[in-house]
Amino acid sequence: MDAPVTGEGAHIGKSVVIKGELSGSEDLYVDGSVEGKIELRNHSLTVGPNGIVKADVSAKAVVIQGKFDGSVNASERVELRKSAVVTGDVTTQRIAIEEGAFLKGKVDVQREAGKAAPASS
Amino acid sequence: MARPGALVTCSMASVSDNVMKFFRSSSNQAAGSSVPQKLTRRSSGMGEVSRLLNSQEGLCVLDMGSTSANNIRFFTGKGHKNYSEDLLRSSLDPALRIQDAAGNSVLDSKKFLDENLKYANAHFDVVLCWNLPDYMEESLVKPTIDRLWSVMKPGGYLLAFFHTREAGPDSTCYRYHVTGTDMLEMQEVKFAPPGRPASEKQSPRLQRVFNNRHIENLFRDFASIKFFLARDAIREVLVVR
Repeated sequence: MDAPVTGEGAHIGKSVVIKGELSGSEDLYVDGSVEGKIELRNHSLTVGPNGIVKADVSAKAVVIQGKFDGSVNASERVELRKSAVVTGDVTTQRIAIEEGAFLKGKVDVQREAGKAAPASS
Repeated sequence: MARPGALVTCSMASVSDNVMKFFRSSSNQAAGSSVPQKLTRRSSGMGEVSRLLNSQEGLCVLDMGSTSANNIRFFTGKGHKNYSEDLLRSSLDPALRIQDAAGNSVLDSKKFLDENLKYANAHFDVVLCWNLPDYMEESLVKPTIDRLWSVMKPGGYLLAFFHTREAGPDSTCYRYHVTGTDMLEMQEVKFAPPGRPASEKQSPRLQRVFNNRHIENLFRDFASIKFFLARDAIREVLVVR
């Protein structure tokens, strides 16, 4: 997902700064600055290349292209793109990390019942 | 601890001059370089670490190299928790530079440890140092190893690679991807010096060559140490906490 999700989902532009708690029942694309907590349950969060997120995140899927500082709890998958700079802990079932991504923190891959938990590059 | 080839800081050197000493003098080789070549090597030390990883689940593994999807896949695939912390990159932060009483530019090891390796005592079962001690600035090496002793569990394994005397100062700095029980893929590491564009990426410079006595002193608080001599001018060192 190199470009923002179009048509569906919410979009926080790069000039927007939000401090506080965000929750929703649709996909969210953040290219601005968010500090606090993000809860999307069955939806996905994408941090765009200009995005700066300092938050604890709970979502179905999380894709990071920008800067992220906090914890990620994704029930399905996490993708760290080559421009991602992530400081914090990641808990998920699947993780994909592109060459060039930076991660400082813990990765805990929790296996689905009866399946192995892959991480891919 | 006197070490051959140790980096001596010039009293009149500027901060940027000192930072540049981490890198090779020739930037031409980096300019316009293509995708770094990957080599493979067999690792007896990694083989021993793998035996521990295969015998238990839920171990905490600290990988101190550059973020590697391979390594995360290898460790989490065996049911372990992977922690990534690229200390060589962190040590190049210009904000760590201070001036000592004589006006020399030095690295603030206290600040470095305030910002890195912040874990509870006795947390890790395995620490992969790779070649970090050979490329990290001298003033940070001993404090880092001391901190690692604290955050490792008794009986935990630490794997580090040291160049032998045959290695020249321009020995390539590699990052290591675990591809099998005792197999590693080596990929050249390049960083852009602080404030420089990515096109000026250079490989860090070998800071010194430790001899066996230096290595034993470095890990003197640990329970045991085992050396594996490889063919590529590298000594693998497996240390038990």
